[in-house]
Amino acid sequence: MCLAIPGKIIQITQQEKDNRLGKVNFAGVVKVVNLTYVPQADVGDYVTVHVGFALNVMDQHDAELVISHLNSVSEQNEAKLDKVRQRIQKRSGRS
Amino acid sequence: MIKYVSEFRNVQAVHKILKDLHGITKHSWSIMEICGGQTHALLRYGIDELLPKKITLLHGPGCPVCVTPLEKIDKAIYIARQSDVIFCSFGDMLRVPGSHLDLLSAKAEGADVRIVYSPMDALKIAGENPHRRVVFFAVGFETTVPAIAMTVHRAATLKMKNFYLLVSHVLVPPAIRALLAAPDNRVQGFLAAGHVCTVMGYEEYIAISKEFKIPIVVTGFEPYDLAMGIFMCVRQLENGTFKTENEYTRAVARQGNVLAQDLMHRVFKVVDRKWRGIGVIPQSGLDLNEHYAEFDAETAFNVHLEVQEPEECISGLVLQGVKKPFECSEFAKRCTPDHPLGATMVSTEGACAAYYRYKMIDGDKK
Amino acid sequence: MTQDILSFQCPIPLDEYPYVVMGHGGGGRLSHQLIEQMIAPALKNPYLDGHDGAVLGPVDGKIAYTTDSYVVNPLFFPGGDIGKLAVYGTVNDLAMCGALPRYLSLGFIIEEGFSMNTLWKILVSIGIAARETGVQVVTGDTKVVDKNKGDGIYINTSGIGVVPHNLRIAPDQVKTGDKIIISGDIGRHGMCIMSQREGLSFESDISSDCAPLAGVTAELVQNVNVHCMRDLTRGGLVSALLEIAGVSKTYMEITEEHVPVNSNVAGACEILGLDPMHVANEGRFIVFVPPVDAQRTVQILQQHDIAQHARIIGTVANGTPGSAVACNAFGGRRILSMFSGEQLPRIC
Repeated sequence: MCLAIPGKIIQITQQEKDNRLGKVNFAGVVKVVNLTYVPQADVGDYVTVHVGFALNVMDQHDAELVISHLNSVSEQNEAKLDKVRQRIQKRSGRS
Repeated sequence: MIKYVSEFRNVQAVHKILKDLHGITKHSWSIMEICGGQTHALLRYGIDELLPKKITLLHGPGCPVCVTPLEKIDKAIYIARQSDVIFCSFGDMLRVPGSHLDLLSAKAEGADVRIVYSPMDALKIAGENPHRRVVFFAVGFETTVPAIAMTVHRAATLKMKNFYLLVSHVLVPPAIRALLAAPDNRVQGFLAAGHVCTVMGYEEYIAISKEFKIPIVVTGFEPYDLAMGIFMCVRQLENGTFKTENEYTRAVARQGNVLAQDLMHRVFKVVDRKWRGIGVIPQSGLDLNEHYAEFDAETAFNVHLEVQEPEECISGLVLQGVKKPFECSEFAKRCTPDHPLGATMVSTEGACAAYYRYKMIDGDKK
Repeated sequence: MTQDILSFQCPIPLDEYPYVVMGHGGGGRLSHQLIEQMIAPALKNPYLDGHDGAVLGPVDGKIAYTTDSYVVNPLFFPGGDIGKLAVYGTVNDLAMCGALPRYLSLGFIIEEGFSMNTLWKILVSIGIAARETGVQVVTGDTKVVDKNKGDGIYINTSGIGVVPHNLRIAPDQVKTGDKIIISGDIGRHGMCIMSQREGLSFESDISSDCAPLAGVTAELVQNVNVHCMRDLTRGGLVSALLEIAGVSKTYMEITEEHVPVNSNVAGACEILGLDPMHVANEGRFIVFVPPVDAQRTVQILQQHDIAQHARIIGTVANGTPGSAVACNAFGGRRILSMFSGEQLPRIC
């Protein structure tokens, strides 16, 4: 439920307290997003957007930490991965 | 490549977590992912197939399309058919059958039904069409409510006289409580819906963990998040702990978004709500409160309906995790995504529809 | 003359008739003015001689024949317009039969009040697209409907092509073991149109993939053993796969990560909750060839600008006839199923 995806604020277009708006870039696609619930968000921040509203400012530090951990795991497991893939292929071939 | 999405679809890392999960799983456990979006992702990426056999995933009621009661859909169609009405809705709701037909069919008959991406778009349409009544179908869990609250608040500020909401909002924690309190409950651990917690935080879940002695893990939607959420939940089950933990730290803070919660409380009040396939769950829905009552479409259009749901569909049991879609005698026979008998086959997110799409491969039935 | 056609100056004096009126479809003086001053100059060829039908031929080979109607909103979009679509779409259908496109018919249904200048732009675009693809518009018709009884303009084109070989290129030729090759990234046209829609609009660099395919298909047919080709239009890749699986009673397995998707298209699909494999295209196609010809097919495709990102995406395998499955890197396999109607943007 609740499709929400992160995008990067590239411009604040309206600063009213009750109606703060900005342009948010999602992998090259830009939409105007309501930023009223994230008054602290600024250009360069990533926000999680659902039905045109930013619900939070993403914790980029946290995200980067997890990502670097993920990447280190995947390097260590390159060899093991081949085995997993073979298993998957075997399994998917059985139908 | 979408930043902060694609990175969490790292195949090797997911397989590593799943390998660790196999290592720690000693007993049999039933875990429910509340959210339909998570059900969808688990089956789409095939993560459910890679889990230890001892872990059973139960698919929860967290699909607003599935649980919107029949009579709300019938009301939506009644309102949409009024000649001066522009009826706006998220795309999800258009194909959901009411007692007789769906909104797309009403559109084909001449009703002015429009798909919008945001409730603010509906408000804009109201501004551009001052001589028409514009009604927005406000469905969704806590994730969607702040957007609706802001839209109503804007409508009030702008003194709009031709804008209304047909409200069918539902809340997650009361549903979890109802599931856990049921005598036939099988759920031993929960994955809580990440984006609901982005808005609401997870303090309410901490209370549920304590009260029902059950582990809850706030979980995101990408393969890494799902694998990690399940791993954290099983680790607690094996260790005999029952805390609320947060896997989705990059998007969820303990307090949630306080500004959003404030406006929700200013615009809405908590009410009993009927869930399709389940029945009434006390204090599990939101309606506009007295300050914003003038925007309530049910009052403005004076539409009151009570509809009995067909009995042949077991979607209620599926939504509560008591039955799996394959256990239904009509599954993939009389009931398909093109001709759904009940809620869980309607939405692409519903457990039955997800099983139909991902599990009907010969030899993979179980 | 070419100069005249390419200029965007509408030849009907706009102060006289800035908008299409009922009389332009009535068969009288205004109809003639429309044909002589607009349609004939834009499409100039010897067949448009004022006769009701065109006498063609003789042709050397079998005849391929197809028809399609074009309805699009907006009429002009990044990468194309309804005129271009109406030519390319029909030409591509002929190309998929292994035919060389030769002749088109052109039917307009225009709403009263439609801008004459816009009509001229569409005609110019049709003229350019026809020359580019080597087809001649040899017959046509124009009807005007009452204001509010149409959506600006609808176009129908039928096409005749010549099949200069004895090969049968059709779904029933697809065989177990065939490789499935795609000509490029998917979902551009559908997301380009979606980005312009009221209520959903977003800014992006996504432009339609709308392109003529007859050149590249002719080269394929000459050089490799093509079993079947299909352009990916409405319903996208999934509909094309399932339609062919249904007719050939085969089972198809594709590897999802091998299907190219441009990152803007992927982003737009994420926002709206759509699956690029279901989104419409206007210049992409899939080819079924025996495994021995697969690499050569990819090489030929990649030499053309419109197919430079071609690659193998799957195989016709042993499995439930009439079905198709997408495998992903995690080990998940999902059944591909057509949508009952249009794919709708969703929130959950």
